[in-house]
Amino acid sequence: MNRFWAWLALAGGMIYFVLPLLGMTEFSLKMRRGVYSFDAYARVLADPKFQETFTYSVVMALVTILFGVLLVVPTAYWVRLKLPRLRPYIEFITLLPLVIPAIVIVFGYIRLYNTSSWLPLTGSVFGTNALLMFGYSTLSLPYMYRAVDTGLRTIDVSTLTEAAQSLGAGWITILSRIILPNVLVAVLSGAFVTLAIVLGEFTMAALLNRPAFGPYMQLLGANRAYEPAALAVIAFAITWGCMALIQIVSRFAPKAPVNPH
Amino acid sequence: MTTQTPTASKTIMSRLPLNWLGVAPFALFVTLFLFLPTMNIVIGAFQNPAGEFTLANIQGLNTPSIISAYWISIKISLASALLGCLVGFSVAAAVTLGGLPKWIRSPLLTFSGVASNFAGVPLAFAFLATLGPIGLVTVFLRTQIGIDLRSLGFNLLSFWGLTVTYLFFQIPLMILIITPALDGLKREWREAASILGASGFQYWRLVAFPILFPSLLGTLALLFANSFGAVATAIALTGSSLNIVPILLFAQIRGDVLGDPHLGYALAFGMIVVTGIANTIYIWLRARSERWLK
Repeated sequence: MNRFWAWLALAGGMIYFVLPLLGMTEFSLKMRRGVYSFDAYARVLADPKFQETFTYSVVMALVTILFGVLLVVPTAYWVRLKLPRLRPYIEFITLLPLVIPAIVIVFGYIRLYNTSSWLPLTGSVFGTNALLMFGYSTLSLPYMYRAVDTGLRTIDVSTLTEAAQSLGAGWITILSRIILPNVLVAVLSGAFVTLAIVLGEFTMAALLNRPAFGPYMQLLGANRAYEPAALAVIAFAITWGCMALIQIVSRFAPKAPVNPH
Repeated sequence: MTTQTPTASKTIMSRLPLNWLGVAPFALFVTLFLFLPTMNIVIGAFQNPAGEFTLANIQGLNTPSIISAYWISIKISLASALLGCLVGFSVAAAVTLGGLPKWIRSPLLTFSGVASNFAGVPLAFAFLATLGPIGLVTVFLRTQIGIDLRSLGFNLLSFWGLTVTYLFFQIPLMILIITPALDGLKREWREAASILGASGFQYWRLVAFPILFPSLLGTLALLFANSFGAVATAIALTGSSLNIVPILLFAQIRGDVLGDPHLGYALAFGMIVVTGIANTIYIWLRARSERWLK
């Protein structure tokens, strides 16, 4: 009896999740009347706007990941090593981007960094790109910090640091050659979540007027019928790819945490 | 260099500033790109164009159109959070406790990770292609079974349409959060309860549910905030035809549709207050529930 309800719950859930995926796939193949074809995909992939915005977003994602790693790894390491009492507060701060809606944060950016402010980032293309990158970093902070901090938990930070120091290593050497390689798997899973977030992000890019993939998808959705469904399939495949990569790299993660005491 | 365990308090004092320097880049980053922008909006909500303190902006929110935008937003968020919790819990319970084969678990959690991240614009497209006027399910029901969704009053660009769409990322998020909590229910508790003569229902009502309650209510709060702040899905789905807070704020930032920038700050401030309350509940209950699930 119990098992019957369990199967029923699972089946109900699966129907709900499969139907939209089926719907968008079927719809994306219907561009040519009467037969299934990949016309919508061909149309999307050949669109120079698609290539431009997609490249822009991928580059932005890579820069965001690089910045996120440079910001989060030293911070999380330092807090574990020297300021453990600060950890709950830092963790709380990193969760704030889940509390404050992205639209409010970017509204603050526009107000704070406009052309007549003390730091006129939105005045130049480079400045706006940088501002958008900082915004993306803020959005991915909860995931990045959590991943790296969990990774640091599995290694004995203070012993590794003392060992490296007694061999004459400086802070930069310790971070880049001892800590980073040890938490690489965690960093990578944070990076793939960041990639998925940045590629699909709409609000910040749209309000900062940058030619990113999210606003492009929205614009296409407002004007076309079949191409958006093809885009949705592509976006789903990308998300799936990012999550699959996380699964794959986390196979290589150290399993049991080393007991530091 | 220095000793790792300082003995005198004087050493601690002299080392402190240097230690704090290590988190300076992080502090600078969150100050510039998280705290200051948010504070700026909050302060702006209490200022008039001349920069003087005023409550007029907050009072200005009290118009039928803005109140109804908040109301619909809160209703959609609450409905999608409640349904997401219910369905997500059922699925997670089915997999962890319902005696389903073990191999289902891992693909389900992977899929939940994907689906909870599959939000925004593409999600709206997927639902338009499924439940939209010429979507897969709509057409199938109309031509094969003879049920016309539209004549039944269902419209994707409405309260229920948005709720059904949001559930696509709400349910997986619930599954991801609640599965570890369900795993934390110890088998001994159930055995102890049944030795003492409790039925399955009594075990759930008197043991499992009270233990899970904080994490259930907490997840509810998180799901609520999650859909309250969702902009992209709503805009891609409805354009600007549905009057909800994120869409209104988006239009306000783009083109000052309210005709008063400071009213925009008040609108954004209201969003912070609503998600802030939801998440304060979440954090508080989370801390309470973690005591039991060690």
